[in-house]
Amino acid sequence: MNKWNYKSAKVGENLPELIIGPISRTNLALYAGASGDHNPLHIDTDYAKRIGLPDVIAHGMLIMGYLARVLTNNINQNQILEYGVQFSSITNIGETLSCSGIVKEVLGSKSNKILKLELKVKDQDNDTKLKGYSLIKTS
Amino acid sequence: MLDRSLINKSYPPIIFDIEKQRLKFFSKATGQTDPIYFDETIARKKGFPSLLAPPTFLTTVGHEQKSPYQYLNDLSVDLKDVLHAGQIYKFHSLVFAGDVITMNSKIKDMYDKKNGCLEFVEFESLYTNQNGKLVVESLSTLVIR
Repeated sequence: MNKWNYKSAKVGENLPELIIGPISRTNLALYAGASGDHNPLHIDTDYAKRIGLPDVIAHGMLIMGYLARVLTNNINQNQILEYGVQFSSITNIGETLSCSGIVKEVLGSKSNKILKLELKVKDQDNDTKLKGYSLIKTS
Repeated sequence: MLDRSLINKSYPPIIFDIEKQRLKFFSKATGQTDPIYFDETIARKKGFPSLLAPPTFLTTVGHEQKSPYQYLNDLSVDLKDVLHAGQIYKFHSLVFAGDVITMNSKIKDMYDKKNGCLEFVEFESLYTNQNGKLVVESLSTLVIR
């Protein structure tokens, strides 16, 4: 795969954006099976209604998994030291997500550079779903 | 108010075999496209022992037990009142099909915000492989509404 050239990356540089969606029930059902997270909140509309939600919502970890592709599409996975997110708002069926990343800081020494990336997932209305970061070693 | 005396309560280890089919299923469900997640021959050509586990794969380990949310039961919290607020992974080594992973977890911390209206629980999981090497550290933060 064609990897983003992180060795020469500079502060302010964007990683290629990834568009996901629209999120479907099939996406949630497959992730429930694959991850083993069978919380009915994500797969059972009757249950979601019973607890006062209009419909099922996406697993936060599914969105984190999608956002991880901004990393793995562009960076060898063994360069990823850390990856963290904060879930800001829920993702509903039918939403389209844009996953993005930008180089926020360059840390470490010249021979042992570490990139700090700022990551984000937004929906079609520009609402932030998830904010994250990653530390990437370049040597 | 959550029972803060349960901070540092640890849970029995969970042992999990990393299987090729499960990895492929997870990689498909999260939309990975690189063949190193799907085709063992290509993964080997790239120098890996087998299929690679994507970054968030080890989330599956915690769900492979009779009562995946036991710590919430211990805290007398209903699953419907919980949202995942944050998740951090620290990676020390890659994980591959064929690895046997042991997960050790504990309640790491609890705190509240907005004068106790929102309570938070931090749950830590450490994953070691069959050689006793720590491969991934995970910190999950849950908010109780």
